Amino acid sequence: MLDELGLLFRILRAPSIARRYVVTNGFDGCVAMLGLLMGFRVGAPVALEVVVGACLATAVALGMSGLTSAYISEAAEKKKELRELESAMLTDLDQSAHGRAARLMPIAIALVNGLAPFLVAMVIMLPLWLGWAGIVLPVAPLDTAIVVAFVEAFLLGVFVGTISETFWLWAGLRATFVAGVTAGLILLLAPG
Amino acid sequence: MVRIKRLVLDVLKPHEPNSLEFARAVAQKVGGCSVKLTVTEMDDKTATTVLIVEGDDIRFEAIQEAVSQMGGSLHSIDEVEVAAGARDPD
Repeated sequence: MLDELGLLFRILRAPSIARRYVVTNGFDGCVAMLGLLMGFRVGAPVALEVVVGACLATAVALGMSGLTSAYISEAAEKKKELRELESAMLTDLDQSAHGRAARLMPIAIALVNGLAPFLVAMVIMLPLWLGWAGIVLPVAPLDTAIVVAFVEAFLLGVFVGTISETFWLWAGLRATFVAGVTAGLILLLAPG
Repeated sequence: MVRIKRLVLDVLKPHEPNSLEFARAVAQKVGGCSVKLTVTEMDDKTATTVLIVEGDDIRFEAIQEAVSQMGGSLHSIDEVEVAAGARDPD
């Protein structure tokens, strides 16, 4: 069973596709959450409960968006690839490993694509949860969450650097720079 | 009883699984045999191969099943070697 699953994953190059989705949608979730937090930071002060509610709703929306968009696009793509292969093989491949892979992979990839931004957002929200639960943090929960977002951007960059076998620190700093530019733009455009 | 000892098959297979995985899957499915896979032609999405299976009592249906599970297509049986046991007394 595990051998077959491994084969199915290799047939459709699932690990590389999943890695790509973890990075793109994970970073998407990270920057979206950073933007939201920066919005609360530069805007009029609101209760922590409001911040938690807005961030949670955004995290769920990011997860659902990732889940459905990846499923729709991957299912269509894998179906097309299967039909092209069937046409080259002059045979029906629905019952073959390729057919099973074409049905299974969109679900697996959709889960990765949906969970990546959701989990990234949950980690960023950790200081907010703690603050909401009454635990006193050395720095305000909102500011701590912003720092966590920057750290996550750095770590995602390091992950990309590891995949591309480039210098991890440079890759991490590059991703952090993007997060920094995002935060800077929000500060610049903020009213008042 | 007639036993199949050797089969030479013309098989069209997709590039994935690769030849090693393909041959291994056939050997695993058939059991108690040796498998040799030779790629004779490569196309954009497919590879034409010659699959040689040798053993004491090869189950042809198992080969067919393994080939189709791996997305392959059996085109022809090019060579067969069979052996029969002692003749039944009339």
